[in-house]
Amino acid sequence: MKKLVQAFVLVIAVCILMMFWVNQLNSSKGYTGGNTLTVYNWGDYIDADLIKQFEEETGISVIYETFDSNEAALTKIRQGGTSYDVAMPSEYTIETMIEEGLVLPIDHSKIPNLKNIDPRFLDLSFDPGNKYSIPYFWGTVGIAYNPELLGDDRTFESWNDLWAEDLKNEILMVDSAREVLGFALNSLNYSLNDTNKDHLQEAYAKLNKLHPNIKGIVGDEIKTLLANGEAAVGIVWSGVASEIIWENESVEYVVPKEGSNLWFDNMVIPSTAKNIEGAHKFINFMLDAEVAAQNTDYVGYSTPNKAALEILGEEVSGDERFYPSPELTEKLEVYENLGKEMISYYNELYLKFKMK
Amino acid sequence: MQNKSRNLYLIPYVLWIILCVVAPILLIVFYSFQDIHGNFTLNNYVNFFTPVYLKMTLGSFWYAFLITAFTLLVSYPTAYLLTKTKYKQLWLLLIIVPSWINLLLKAYAFLGLFGKYGFVNAMIETFGIGPYQLLFTDFSFIFVSVYIFIPFMILPIFNSLDKLNQSYVDAARDLGASPFKTFVKVIFPLTMDGVKSGVQVVFIPALSLFMLTRLIAGNKVITLGTAVEQQFLVTQDWGMGSTIAVFLVLIMVLFMILTGNRKRGL
Amino acid sequence: MKKKFKLSNLYLIFVFVVLYAPIFYLMFYSFNEGGTMYDFTEFTWDWYVVLFEDTRLLIIVLNTFIIALLSAALSTVLGAIGALAIWYVKKNYTKNLLLSLNNVLIVSPDVVIGASLLIMFTFLGIKLGFTSVLLAHIAFSVPIVVLMVLPKLNEMSPSLVDAARDLGANNWNVLSKVILPYITPGIFAGFFMALTYSLDDFAVTFFVTGNGFSTLSVEIYSLARRGVQLNINALSTLLFLFTILLVIIYYFISKRNARPTGLEARK
Repeated sequence: MKKLVQAFVLVIAVCILMMFWVNQLNSSKGYTGGNTLTVYNWGDYIDADLIKQFEEETGISVIYETFDSNEAALTKIRQGGTSYDVAMPSEYTIETMIEEGLVLPIDHSKIPNLKNIDPRFLDLSFDPGNKYSIPYFWGTVGIAYNPELLGDDRTFESWNDLWAEDLKNEILMVDSAREVLGFALNSLNYSLNDTNKDHLQEAYAKLNKLHPNIKGIVGDEIKTLLANGEAAVGIVWSGVASEIIWENESVEYVVPKEGSNLWFDNMVIPSTAKNIEGAHKFINFMLDAEVAAQNTDYVGYSTPNKAALEILGEEVSGDERFYPSPELTEKLEVYENLGKEMISYYNELYLKFKMK
Repeated sequence: MQNKSRNLYLIPYVLWIILCVVAPILLIVFYSFQDIHGNFTLNNYVNFFTPVYLKMTLGSFWYAFLITAFTLLVSYPTAYLLTKTKYKQLWLLLIIVPSWINLLLKAYAFLGLFGKYGFVNAMIETFGIGPYQLLFTDFSFIFVSVYIFIPFMILPIFNSLDKLNQSYVDAARDLGASPFKTFVKVIFPLTMDGVKSGVQVVFIPALSLFMLTRLIAGNKVITLGTAVEQQFLVTQDWGMGSTIAVFLVLIMVLFMILTGNRKRGL
Repeated sequence: MKKKFKLSNLYLIFVFVVLYAPIFYLMFYSFNEGGTMYDFTEFTWDWYVVLFEDTRLLIIVLNTFIIALLSAALSTVLGAIGALAIWYVKKNYTKNLLLSLNNVLIVSPDVVIGASLLIMFTFLGIKLGFTSVLLAHIAFSVPIVVLMVLPKLNEMSPSLVDAARDLGANNWNVLSKVILPYITPGIFAGFFMALTYSLDDFAVTFFVTGNGFSTLSVEIYSLARRGVQLNINALSTLLFLFTILLVIIYYFISKRNARPTGLEARK
């Protein structure tokens, strides 16, 4: 009995000590003061030095919280109980958030740097007039492949190249219903926003034929797996591809000619934000040409900021893999919100596909 | 006579049950009758009895069973041998410590170890055996799952074995029983409580594994957990997700009835 | 006899090797200049240096441990009470009912627990952050403590309690001098399992946290999309070595404090 009580007291004592320490650290960083800004972003999706720069320039302390999926972030924001000032969800989530009144309109007069953004990326279907969101990073969905492992010089110009007989057990895919059904629809020359159930059944049937070639359906670890040669081909987002290429130069990335998905991660101000002034300052700060250039350099994804691209130079902006030509960009589609039933239908098909 | 003191323990515990178990169960049951728009429906339950979900249930069951069986197979001897060592508490703690390293990190390590160009393949290649596809197979999935669950199974079995009265074993041996017979008739039955505990602590969570199914098995293994995750987060169909959760609870209850106390109890 | 000795030792060594293989793998690559976990280029201390400048990560680590230790301690107390409650119940039907209710949280997918707790907390007006995470961790750790303590209670011969009563012990004495000492291994097992559950939990914590409060698990899972940097390996290595050190120190202290029993006293 005595031993138990001693152990219990020891544990509590250690905890109290640590709590003091944390408190001390928190106040030294200004987290407990009044002037804070809470940013809710993907993990490692911003250059930490820029946060320090922002804090120095404005005197606001930045509290940084992270999420690992749009859906999880949406569930958190929707439930309330938290107050994020700025968040960076993807475009299809933003569309839902606008519908449900979860975001505040952004005062463009407070974002003079908005002029730096390429107008191609403004006023899109998910947020007309950019009333509620400002572009942060964008990209495409495509095929990453390793010519060295494949041993030949095929280039996957078409989605249908994935169904080649000799690719047995060589393809990794991201675990996402819309991406998977999307490229199947694209391969049949349908739109990836197609709601025609016959078309979807066609796509589903075609996907089932792909099974022998699929090595696995994975999450973020696809980056490591493709970089170290576990598989020769992967269906990935462009940002992931750029990271793979950075680690393994022999990997190539291509967006097939039938078209693909154009995705965006935009900055929004959730309706429960406390520091709206600070949020605007932060957004404007991230749009500054030099800041955006530095951030793009760190994160490695495609920036919508044309002023930043000028600083980064031809080497970056001319890279067609991540800054595709206008003709190809025409064929890229942004995800539309298909409504709850359609999304449910997509997911049921996807689950059935995974089960086989 | 002494009845009053017994009821006291029930008070805080039942309070916890009401707040943390009953309330969420009610919530889940409530949601399971809702469709995607929030209207009342029995559709979710009907949906569950389609081939997709039934197959998934059987699959979850089968894999949970395999994982539990292998974990038991590995853990029992380990626990037994540990009780015979000199610094058994130390070794026991050392078995637990690796489980405190984050699961995702360990999964990444396994990706590296079992990869096509990974450590294990490199090792066996030096013996001339060709490289094998280890990842995204049933083997690696079960292996890593067993790895994760080993400490959970070892602890209760160790506790049971530790307090095992050695004189029972000695008596059995004296009476002429072989080591095998001693184990089957004396040691194992006396440690049954620990084994049951371990089995419950492994089998039940194993039914809803989903992280490992993706990380190690590349979704070639689909459990009920995978479906719940997808329904709750991606489809935002909390109705269907809750329905699957309800069935998970029912399966667990069935399991408890089958393995629980039946005729015992003074 | 010697041959049997070698074989059993070999088995134990094998088990330990397998258990520690991924850990050593992580530790090995924490020194990798190349930044990946599969291509070792050069040895470097860089990833460790980066750690010391990261205050935010330090706060997260401390918070993780505070939550883990506190929730484990409190849930151990509550779980032990629960095990006693179940053990004292006479009717088998009630016993099984309570046990099934106990195990609901273990069988439920994390997402479900996280989502339902989130709804409950916001309904009750509990602010998301340290408190909500602590309560959630206690909630899901209690069942496992019960499962670790209950077998010890069941194994305990009832004649021990009867003998104590016969000798004049009151309820408190029976509890503190007979029952608790017997089930102490179960209590410690429950504590360590609760610690594991808490340290490893991601989904539930993610749902119920807020206002800047984060744990290591949430942080690591969020990093997965961009790739886990090796500073996390470095962090895990440090934490791991620190824990091993604690274990060894604890062991030596308890060995010194152990009362000599018969034969050992002769040394």
